[in-house]
Amino acid sequence: MAVTVRAFEYIRATDVAEAVAAVSSDPHASFLAGGTTQLDLMKDGVLRPHRLIDIGALPLGGVTRLADSIRVGALTTMEELAAHPVVVERLPLVRESLLLGASTQLRNMATIGGNLLQRTRCGYFRDPTVPACNKRLRGSGCAAVTGAARPHAVLGVSDHCIALHASDLTTALVALDATVHVEGPGGPRSIPLAEFYLEPGETPDLETVLGHGELITAVEVPLLPVGTRSGYLKVRDRASFDFALASCAAAVLVEDGVIRTVRLGLGGVGTTPRRARAAEDLLRGRAPTPRALRAAAKAALLGAVTVPGTAFKVPLAERTVLRALQAVTRVGS
Amino acid sequence: MDHRSDAERDTSASASSPGSTSAPPDRLPRAAVSFRVNGTGYRLEEDTRLTLLDALRERLGLTGPKKGCDQGGCGACTVVVDGRPVLSCLMLAVQAQGREVTTIEGLATADDSGPDSGGLHPMQRAFLRHDALQCGFCTPGQIMSAVCLIAEGRAGSDEEIREYMSGNLCRCGAYPNIVAAIREVAGAGGGDRAGV
Repeated sequence: MAVTVRAFEYIRATDVAEAVAAVSSDPHASFLAGGTTQLDLMKDGVLRPHRLIDIGALPLGGVTRLADSIRVGALTTMEELAAHPVVVERLPLVRESLLLGASTQLRNMATIGGNLLQRTRCGYFRDPTVPACNKRLRGSGCAAVTGAARPHAVLGVSDHCIALHASDLTTALVALDATVHVEGPGGPRSIPLAEFYLEPGETPDLETVLGHGELITAVEVPLLPVGTRSGYLKVRDRASFDFALASCAAAVLVEDGVIRTVRLGLGGVGTTPRRARAAEDLLRGRAPTPRALRAAAKAALLGAVTVPGTAFKVPLAERTVLRALQAVTRVGS
Repeated sequence: MDHRSDAERDTSASASSPGSTSAPPDRLPRAAVSFRVNGTGYRLEEDTRLTLLDALRERLGLTGPKKGCDQGGCGACTVVVDGRPVLSCLMLAVQAQGREVTTIEGLATADDSGPDSGGLHPMQRAFLRHDALQCGFCTPGQIMSAVCLIAEGRAGSDEEIREYMSGNLCRCGAYPNIVAAIREVAGAGGGDRAGV
């Protein structure tokens, strides 16, 4: 079926304030950065902006090293961030989440700001010929709840939507307590990533706390303490270039046989990127024994709500967490 | 093809535009873009919806980049923009403003034209030697990715080649021979001169 991309006016923004003003004053305007989600969904007929404000030429790229963090400009590409020396040395979980997150070509195009705002891969959301999708049209229903549900979420779901949050990067960033810097019509503000996303509830169409016209300018990512081991484990149907069925970003610092700090992010299972705080609490101050790791992995999936097609995800995600924890606590590796 | 390398060629199109629409063609939003393709400068003024892929194929007559899935999943449309492989189907032509685009048509340079080169880049010759294709539809994209892979130093092992080539699908299943072709060029020190 050929869907026609709606005609749109194209404007190259030359400064941030102008771009914010252009989008915030027009409910049918959108920002355009890498475009890999935006253009794809325009071709599908899901997004039909009347006006695109291309922010690609704005000075929002590059990674800056701060005292205990890095500030990642919103237009930094996935590939640039993955290759940055500080990320390679101090944030392996971020690097791995980026490299496993898309093909080389997409990593060269997709920006970090855009990655945070990428839309769900739910096939019902992406197909406007399916009438029931509360994310596209609030109150229209959810075809996924009773439909083919293999790729859908089991944590943070509601009766109205079980669409999965698709980003790998945010799984690592939520574990790291990243902060999103935003410029809006009312000026700048900063939002902890943990408070950035909204669970679907009764309003699956509202995915983040951003207002229309607010522009992500940077993401600040705290560095892990020296000596921390971290990694990102992703389980998927294909060996490469696929979305997660389950994933885990894990960072653990073990001193004198005891886990001093632990950070766990869960991907592939939530309607938003998940921080597995209950699992972290079980591990902090304990020795990384097989029993302790298994208990933590179980705790990470507490509260999961499944439909027949997603029931397999709970044990799969538990094993994913366990394997990720084993990898970063294994002695001598 | 015209090889006035420094002349900007105006290829502003007629009233034709991609797709159908309810608005009359003369009312459709248009935008200008200037970029270089295989060393030649172009200026287009087109329907804003035109993708880089359609600009290359339909406006400039460069049909090497292929329209496979048209949604970023198959890699058949891979071209090199400012030295990096990208998907031309997910890029608007206007986003190529000021950029340098290389397609498979522009891959071989004078350096490659030895007596036995046939005017082909070493990677193109390796694909032929290893029979790294069957139907050939994905091949231009495979080769553009493969050349960049070696230039970026990512062809250290078969496993690495497979991982970094995973954005290029081959439905004929020529993967083993594709890997063999890339391995050969990488092993021959192709990284020094395989860049674009």
